[in-house]
Amino acid sequence: MTRKQRQILLDPLWNNNPIALQVLGICSALAVTTQMKTALVMSVALTCVLACSSLTVSLLRNYVPPSVRIIFQLAVIASLVIITDQILKAYLFDISKQLSVFVGLIITNCILMGRAEGFAMKNPPLESFYDGVGNALGYDVVLLVTAFFRELLGSGTLFGYPVLRTVTDGGWYNPNGLMVLAPGAFFIIGLCIWALRTWKPDQQEKE
Amino acid sequence: MPELEHYLSLAVKAVFVENMALAFFLGMCSFLAVSRKVETSVGLGLAVVFVLTITCPLNCLVYNYLLKGGALTWLPVVGPRMAEVDLSFLGFISYIGTIAATVQVVEMVIDRYAPALYGALGVFLPLIAVNCAILGASLFMVERDYRVGESAVFGFGSGLGFALAIVALAAIRERMRYSNVPVGLRGLGITFIITGLMAIGFMAFAGIQL
Repeated sequence: MTRKQRQILLDPLWNNNPIALQVLGICSALAVTTQMKTALVMSVALTCVLACSSLTVSLLRNYVPPSVRIIFQLAVIASLVIITDQILKAYLFDISKQLSVFVGLIITNCILMGRAEGFAMKNPPLESFYDGVGNALGYDVVLLVTAFFRELLGSGTLFGYPVLRTVTDGGWYNPNGLMVLAPGAFFIIGLCIWALRTWKPDQQEKE
Repeated sequence: MPELEHYLSLAVKAVFVENMALAFFLGMCSFLAVSRKVETSVGLGLAVVFVLTITCPLNCLVYNYLLKGGALTWLPVVGPRMAEVDLSFLGFISYIGTIAATVQVVEMVIDRYAPALYGALGVFLPLIAVNCAILGASLFMVERDYRVGESAVFGFGSGLGFALAIVALAAIRERMRYSNVPVGLRGLGITFIITGLMAIGFMAFAGIQL
């Protein structure tokens, strides 16, 4: 792996994070982060779809007239999501039943369109593949961190196992109901961005 | 006028009680990224209203006359043999196809007649195609079994609700310029927190029956 490829792969993790800097793919970040388990399966599914879609779009980029590129990208993405959905149904039926709505939501996840339009249409296949994987990993990090805090503070569990014993369970922890509601996700992502930008001051916005 | 009353209550419900952005959290990406200035947010809001008002009834027709179980019986020759055909598993890709085509047309129209707006909306115009609010509205429309007229009103109302929310957020963000926000929180971070607070505000509408 050359230096440039490593940079393409690792840059989206901290320096050009899809959620924290590019503002892409936020809807699903709010929907699936009440539990660690759903967030993890969603991350894996999105990583596969994004890597494959970047690769496919990049392979076919020279044969597509620019005026139909949106429909072309959407057709690639929607087909990949249908395949992912079928695979999940075949091998992980229980989790797929839990995730049914969220898997469909991958189609409208703007990271996919954003990377296809912004990177894969202009770059060779291998680099696009790394770009897809890198951006998906950047998304996964934010998703898992948010889910970690929401599940821990909102219901006192991690992956369904009790960590902080709640009051209703005879313990001491009084769960914070706000974390389970969607505004809780907004607050946590906002605070994550604050932490990231304190660590990396060059991402701060001057207004 | 029970008919008119029904349509009015449907529209009001779509704008306030079931606000796309603040009650269902759909279309968040463009909601956060294009709300820097009131002017551009009005542009995006109008584009969303326009696209939703067209795509919702179109997808309603697609679902009722092509995809639903037994929907193909209207075909002249092969119709009677089509009663068993159920194509609803093709839903996602058909709705997205309709939406993408509409967005491409809107993009060309805006590019031709309002180049300044086209430049301001940038990459977010093609992204309307994957704006979850647009696909979400079509899915809600199918789930609730709206007729064509109802789906047009619902699409228009949802678009208006989204436009209202994004303009309100943009107005708040313009005022934020005069506040002393911590440096790392400036821009996107504080926007997330504002949206969270707005969402708590809109939770007050939840449960209103019309």
